[in-house]
Amino acid sequence: MDGLEFNGVGSSPHRLEIMEKVTGAAEYIADLSRPNMLHAAITQSTVAHAKILGYDLSDALSVPGVVCILTGEDFPDGRMGAFIKDEHAIAKDKIRYFGEPVAVVAAETEGIAREAAKRVIVKYEELPAILSPEEGLAEGAAIIHEELDDYIKVFPAISSGNMASYTELNEGDLEAGFAQADLIVEGTYETAPQAHLAIEPCGALADIDKQGRVTLWSANQSVFRVQANVCESLKMPMGKLRCLTPRVGGGFGNKMEPHIQPLVVQMCQATKRPVKMILNREEDFECVRARHPFKVRCKTGVKKDGTIVAREVEVLLDCGAFGDDSPGVLGYSLLMCLGPYRIPNSKAHGKLVYTNKLRFGAFRGFGNPQVAFAGETQLDQIAEKLGMDPLDLRQKNLIQPGDPWFGGGKVASNGLQECVDKARAASDWDNRKSRTAPKGKRRGTGVALAAHISGLLGTGAIIRVFEDGSVALNTGAVDIGQGSDTVLSQMCAEALKIPLEKVSLASPDTDGSPYNWGTTASRVTYTTGRAVVGAAAEVEKQLKEHAAQMLECSEMDLELRPGGIVGVSGSDKEVSFHQISLRAHWAAGGPIVGHHTWVFNQPTVDPKRAVCSGIPFPQVGVFSFGCLIVDTLTDEASGKTEVVEAWSAVDVGRAINPSSVEGQIVGGFVQGMGFALTEEMVWDGPKLANPTLLDYKVPTTLDTPYNIHSIIVEAAEPDGPFGAKGAGEIGLVPVPAAIANAIADAIGGHVHSLPMKPEKVLNKMLEIEDAT
Amino acid sequence: MSQPVTLTVNGKANEVSCGATTTLLTVLRDTLALTGSKRGCNQGVCGACTVLVDGAPMRACLTLAVNTEGQSITTIEGLPEGGDLKPIQQAIIDSDAVQCGFCTSGMILTAHEFLQRNSNPSIDDIRTALSGNICRCSGYRKIVDAVALAASRGGA
Repeated sequence: MDGLEFNGVGSSPHRLEIMEKVTGAAEYIADLSRPNMLHAAITQSTVAHAKILGYDLSDALSVPGVVCILTGEDFPDGRMGAFIKDEHAIAKDKIRYFGEPVAVVAAETEGIAREAAKRVIVKYEELPAILSPEEGLAEGAAIIHEELDDYIKVFPAISSGNMASYTELNEGDLEAGFAQADLIVEGTYETAPQAHLAIEPCGALADIDKQGRVTLWSANQSVFRVQANVCESLKMPMGKLRCLTPRVGGGFGNKMEPHIQPLVVQMCQATKRPVKMILNREEDFECVRARHPFKVRCKTGVKKDGTIVAREVEVLLDCGAFGDDSPGVLGYSLLMCLGPYRIPNSKAHGKLVYTNKLRFGAFRGFGNPQVAFAGETQLDQIAEKLGMDPLDLRQKNLIQPGDPWFGGGKVASNGLQECVDKARAASDWDNRKSRTAPKGKRRGTGVALAAHISGLLGTGAIIRVFEDGSVALNTGAVDIGQGSDTVLSQMCAEALKIPLEKVSLASPDTDGSPYNWGTTASRVTYTTGRAVVGAAAEVEKQLKEHAAQMLECSEMDLELRPGGIVGVSGSDKEVSFHQISLRAHWAAGGPIVGHHTWVFNQPTVDPKRAVCSGIPFPQVGVFSFGCLIVDTLTDEASGKTEVVEAWSAVDVGRAINPSSVEGQIVGGFVQGMGFALTEEMVWDGPKLANPTLLDYKVPTTLDTPYNIHSIIVEAAEPDGPFGAKGAGEIGLVPVPAAIANAIADAIGGHVHSLPMKPEKVLNKMLEIEDAT
Repeated sequence: MSQPVTLTVNGKANEVSCGATTTLLTVLRDTLALTGSKRGCNQGVCGACTVLVDGAPMRACLTLAVNTEGQSITTIEGLPEGGDLKPIQQAIIDSDAVQCGFCTSGMILTAHEFLQRNSNPSIDDIRTALSGNICRCSGYRKIVDAVALAASRGGA
């Protein structure tokens, strides 16, 4: 079939929901309401670390229109957490960060709820605040989670004191590797906390029925993780909670794990009325989650010819107050810290330390951009010392098709070489030195390579054939704006050879959808896509069973024909899906339903190759690759850097919807550019100092180059759906490193910390000038 | 203290009751159920709440509702004429310039007003015109292309 004709795989039909989004009709969580609905607001803590001694609610309760106030005393002792179950729904007995929710107020209007929330008084006994991982590890440090040893952990966690997790991976012989090296370069690199800043703030709405069963809508990346987190923290049976999703206004990791959903559900159960709460921008900054700040020590040994022989990477992560996805970020960053290179002797190890800050968690890239910043800038420093071209140095050490990943995991498809070749050619890398800069500016060109996974955990798909022969696709995967509803529907259309408009997509629903871990880890196209293809194969089998009886032939002789038809090979005998489905519904066999579920099961580590401990993901994913080249101008007077042009080549296996893949590459680039140049959450003591869009700078059109070139490379993943693998994160991963290398090319030295703000770059320029 | 105010929204007069500090965005969303205007920052930075007041783009989150009495307010819901999309809306569709869609209403109204003033903009003109509207998903490229496409088609 011609996929393009039917808007199948490889074509770029418009988003299924596009019309509602351009007319303002799309409904997000803040747009929903229920009859007789209450509005809720949170009271946030005003200290970072304290015992809660009691509450005075009298003033808050005196506000007319207040219906109910809940504090930690009104919540069960359930704890949630993706890796370590260390988090109550609300501060209970103890405060662990400034801004943590300590009370929830429900009232007849949002204004009343917010006014009353300000009047809740919490009596504290302050404890010393731990505001950095180093403070947390210091001897005699105040302990943030006294019960850490007793918490349930879903992986073999190594934890003690304030250390939430320690992970280590070893391959080869590190000492022997460094002993072979002609040159060893060591450096430390730091990255800043980044806010996700989905333009839609987090929110939730719960309603309760006459049987006491709660329905919960929320801004989320997985209705199933919402259900699990709420039920764990509130000690509810999962069958008592149904989770649904409206349109979601961006996620980037922020909405994968819980935010205020448990608070809203508890208030709904307490008041027996619908309850809605929408965080304001400041609250969203202060009490949801953010990208981990990393401290990375990276040491690399090379031979004179540029062959890398050893690398050691040590990371220190600020966990924030709760584990959330942090153990995963730690482990994943270590797994990725060698980059896409053959390095025979390696050690990666690191600590994740609780602090009295908001939880850090999943954010597009999941720790990989931070270690790529260290590893990829260090490669440029090595290239300079060896007098080699930075891209030639990388070329010499590229992981080759058939090579395993660090730890021994299988890499099935590898389009890295094509990414390098295409970005090199498109950017005219070899003539980069001929580019000139306007007066007062310095021009730089930088490169960075990247790899990233797509995979992880369980997923499923159900396809039903309606009586008219069209189909319903139900996967439970939440489209957070990246376009998975369209992509999964395209795959279903392609697999069954029917037009896209014959596929109707069900909205995720924990009652009716098959389990889907979540829209995260660049996984929906790959993992859910595989489930869709599997379910379609099951539907095809059932269609053919019917058709064989209707056409009196063998199933083996039947083929799907474009347009919803099953025909006999080499003959014009055929029946339509419509005819088959009528028979199935009314006469024989029963309605056609195909389903497929699976869990990613390829091991991360081969114990024959690597010695590892504290690994959070025993089965991680398949690999995507990328090569990014950027052209920058740095102002000599201010140190401000602008990206002029970028070439991002990304191996996505197969672009199911090329326009959406471009959207991921360009969008990821710009979010990475913000991380590289301007974005930084800053704390003033225990308090976040810049929780507003005025003070936290995300790129606007004027900060963003127009010429960001997406170069799609398709090295088909053998078990991927139509060869596809993930595209969501890989485009962001190399961005800070490539920009850092471009700045170094321009000014003659590397800035070792993000963001590379004008003053840091200017100081570096002055330092270099002083030294010469 | 609330007072009755008559707001003309998308060509229709509505008598609403609002306080002296009630913003236009609150009235549009909560009273008139016109939820296409989004609250992203409530501080006038993100642009997701952009509406047209007497044809000029305004931040509804910073605009006091009482001050708009007697003016003509256009929201995303009122942009299509006779059910037909405006050229910028069609261009946004044709350029695949939407991801999550939360910034889209504000982007469209900003671009629509800009194209009425400048029918033959350069790429840099477009970048400048959209610089007060934040999109966190797209990296802006396809949105800028959409505005250029609408201009090339001679529409706004």
